[in-house]
Amino acid sequence: MNAPLPHTAIAPPLWLLAELTYRCPLHCPFCYNPVDYANDRTELTTEQWFDVMRQARELGAAQLGFSGGEPLLRDDLEDLVGEGRRLGFYTNLITSGIGLTEPRLARMKALGLDHIQLSFQDSTRAMNDFLSSTKTFDLKARVAGLIKQYEYPMVLNVVLHRFNLDHVERIIEMALEMGVEYLELANTQYYGWALVNRAQLMPTREQVEQAERVVNACRARIGNRMRILFVVPDYFEERPKACMNGWGSVFLGIAPDGTALPCHAARSLPGIAFPNVRDVGVKAIWQGSAAFNRYRGDAWMKAPCRSCDDKSRDFGGCRCQAYALTGDADGADPVCAKSPHHGDVQAIVVHARRAQDAGDGGESRPLVFRSDANSRKAGMP
Amino acid sequence: MHTVSDQPALSRLFRMQWEPAQGIYVLLYPEGMVKLSQSAAEILKRCDGGHSVDAIVDELEQAYGCGGLRDDVEDFLRVAGERGWIL
Repeated sequence: MNAPLPHTAIAPPLWLLAELTYRCPLHCPFCYNPVDYANDRTELTTEQWFDVMRQARELGAAQLGFSGGEPLLRDDLEDLVGEGRRLGFYTNLITSGIGLTEPRLARMKALGLDHIQLSFQDSTRAMNDFLSSTKTFDLKARVAGLIKQYEYPMVLNVVLHRFNLDHVERIIEMALEMGVEYLELANTQYYGWALVNRAQLMPTREQVEQAERVVNACRARIGNRMRILFVVPDYFEERPKACMNGWGSVFLGIAPDGTALPCHAARSLPGIAFPNVRDVGVKAIWQGSAAFNRYRGDAWMKAPCRSCDDKSRDFGGCRCQAYALTGDADGADPVCAKSPHHGDVQAIVVHARRAQDAGDGGESRPLVFRSDANSRKAGMP
Repeated sequence: MHTVSDQPALSRLFRMQWEPAQGIYVLLYPEGMVKLSQSAAEILKRCDGGHSVDAIVDELEQAYGCGGLRDDVEDFLRVAGERGWIL
């Protein structure tokens, strides 16, 4: 099909992600926020967020995530939660836990917050505090207790990489002790700050395979008590991930300044003008904007995607990764073995292996921690 | 073998609601959603911890004016139990 899809054929978004702010008390070097976030600190007002939520709900969105940055840095978070719940959303708070005091949690519980996803950086205080560049491990542990005390389903998210993949068993034990119901072991995806730090964060294949064995053994041992999601890092795969379940398919992200995005990292793509909810209605953005229609369907695909049997399963993979690694956002995600650039991805993995064998565990190039100063440096022409 | 209580109740990890934009009932859970068929929704509506399985079957057979629903209801409850939707 070469013509744009008629509007009636476009399924509604199901997942509205409100990235309330890029401000964050942590400094994680694998953060997926834009590296140049410090250049534009504009944030939508409470009323503007209410309006976005109402429009997205009318369109059909059922899940609402409050994310960031750290969403607790918004003083109006409780109001936003209450309005989201009133509109009929299932409301998810995605947080580092920093700033989640008992009064705030009690208030959000009363207003109908459905779920909290808490992030930890590691099972050890030392690694957690090193990676976040803060002293926050004990505070997070207290917050985990509060979340249980208020009878929330507990979802713990830990981003994995070279520095903590070998701790997976201890991370699982920590989660069990906390009474976690879902444990998300999310291998680093290389966008934003994580892309800057890729050489230092990239694990070896042996680390990934060993961690997967540990996870499978733990799953067999603990059964349904805790569900473990282990997302294999796509650089180690032969087929790309079905990124965002397809561009403009279910996910609608709104950046702090109101920019509407089909994925968190989409602003890294050149030559696409992403619409802003301050200028355009949500329905028009979702159904009619050039940006959201850019990679819908398969008319945009080139070889090898265009004739691939898997194109309706993986949608050619990730556009941002295709651009970041090959310079061509319309090509196959080079994670795919059918991509002519797949060798580049394998070379990155091999290089990580060699660096580790040589005893250079990334130390010669220090991690670039996410900070305002580093962001302003990155934003300079 | 997964066993379900004789008075099944929706797990607190899930919320069931009508979605007007899609014209269906859904189960919502942390960052996810299950679309329910009409019959699944009619059974789950009655999983309130107060209805026994017998009562659920009776009510549905009356509502639809037909008999012989027990096997379907029990099959669904078993699957729903395995997926953690009901306790």
